[in-house]
Amino acid sequence: MSGVTIRNLGKAFPKEDGTMTQALEGVNLDIRDEEFICLVGPSGCGKTTLLRIIAGLETATTGSVIVDGRAVTGPDPKRGMVFQEYSLFPWRRVVDNVAFGLEMRGVGKEERRKTADHYIEMVGLSQFRDAYPYELSGGMRQRVAIARALANDPDVLLMDEPFGALDAQTRNRMQKELLSLWEKTKKTIVFVTHSVDEAVYLSDRIVVLAPRPGTVRESITIPWPRPRDRTSAEFAEVRRRVLRMIDESESAQ
Amino acid sequence: MNQQTQKRLLGIASLAVVAIIWQIIAEYVVGRSFILPSVTDVAGAFANLLGSGTLLADTLVSLEHFGIGLIAAFLLGVPIGILMGWFRIGDYLLDPIIEILRPIPPLAWIPFAIIWFGLTTQAAGFVIFAGAFFPILTATYSGFRDVPKVFVEAGKVLGCDTSLELIRYVALPAAIPGIASGIRIAMGVGWMCLVAAEMFGVSNYGLGYQLWHNYYLHQMPNVVVYMLILGLTGLIIDRIFRNYVERQLLRWRAGEVA
Repeated sequence: MSGVTIRNLGKAFPKEDGTMTQALEGVNLDIRDEEFICLVGPSGCGKTTLLRIIAGLETATTGSVIVDGRAVTGPDPKRGMVFQEYSLFPWRRVVDNVAFGLEMRGVGKEERRKTADHYIEMVGLSQFRDAYPYELSGGMRQRVAIARALANDPDVLLMDEPFGALDAQTRNRMQKELLSLWEKTKKTIVFVTHSVDEAVYLSDRIVVLAPRPGTVRESITIPWPRPRDRTSAEFAEVRRRVLRMIDESESAQ
Repeated sequence: MNQQTQKRLLGIASLAVVAIIWQIIAEYVVGRSFILPSVTDVAGAFANLLGSGTLLADTLVSLEHFGIGLIAAFLLGVPIGILMGWFRIGDYLLDPIIEILRPIPPLAWIPFAIIWFGLTTQAAGFVIFAGAFFPILTATYSGFRDVPKVFVEAGKVLGCDTSLELIRYVALPAAIPGIASGIRIAMGVGWMCLVAAEMFGVSNYGLGYQLWHNYYLHQMPNVVVYMLILGLTGLIIDRIFRNYVERQLLRWRAGEVA
């Protein structure tokens, strides 16, 4: 069981003039084990902050995040994270990037490289195992970043606009590959994106956040099987609904 | 003719022209070897010095002074740079001290070098240390300051629990290119301090010592020989270091130069 339970979560940042900005307030969310969730919302709604709190990179001001029965207090390899920026260590070869988490846990060289090779193969980059990150394209780097997070065998995979910097075609291909990885590994995935299209294509459930203070506005379950047809009428309908919600909460300010 | 050969030929031609002009001016315009030794004077002096046999010993002694200063600068500069670049408290505590000491010219330390260490190899090493320490310190400091936040956060979510682990596995490797160029600058500054460091006679050998010694003897062609050897040795040290760093440490930085 690796669900995520978020209860009455709030986060305030200090501003320069001494007052506080309420980034998140009263966020309640239950994420089931093996669920694929997308967080969407207008900029400033706190979706990245929420993800970073789940990761343990930020601390909540109020409320709690419970993963697998334990409250989150700081970063932990059990919650893997894929960042929007390229986060591979440029001084390590692909295989040693992927093996990094295992190395931190004290797994021996032979064994961690074997595990790393397994995940590198899973993302289809076996012939690049000895390459340095600068030799890879943007899409390949994000695939390695995903393999690196998976190699720790996390309960939850947190993804912060991981395909945001990629071109449209690469992005579509990466989405397909992510879905097949998800089906293979059955991880719970929390995925932050700006693209409603991406959210409808990928997720079991879209969580729409409203800004200032950031809070959950609506949760939309998408029951269709995958792969989904982006051009179908129902796909367009859900997209329109979500976009309208984002629009409304943006113009409500 | 390809570009490489062209570059080399033109380089040699340019040096040859300068040597000829130098020779003409020295011989026909100035006419006194004491004011400006000619190329042939210097060549003759070089041949004599080779025969007398102390050139190698001088170079080795100088390299020893240089090595002592540089190793000490590295051993102190890197850890202090890490303390200041990584821990805010370290920065607040040490920064005022560093800011006061840093503008003092390295050669201003010579009196205390002699008082503290006497006329020893260590005294010469200390002067070179005074020149080499700050470039290494500041390079390490900014190297650690500029570690991209995303690397640190990636390290944390992948299981680096302590500052020590983050420094060792994330920040230090990320800062190595910066530290390497700091060391390169430090070697340049340290080498420049060498002549002054050997001036006060810590040993009867050393390129800088011989330069002054021959000046007192009015052997100006010999002075030029030592000047050229100092320049050439500095150049070789820099080249060796740069090649080493490029090949060994920075394979992952594809073509970027330290």
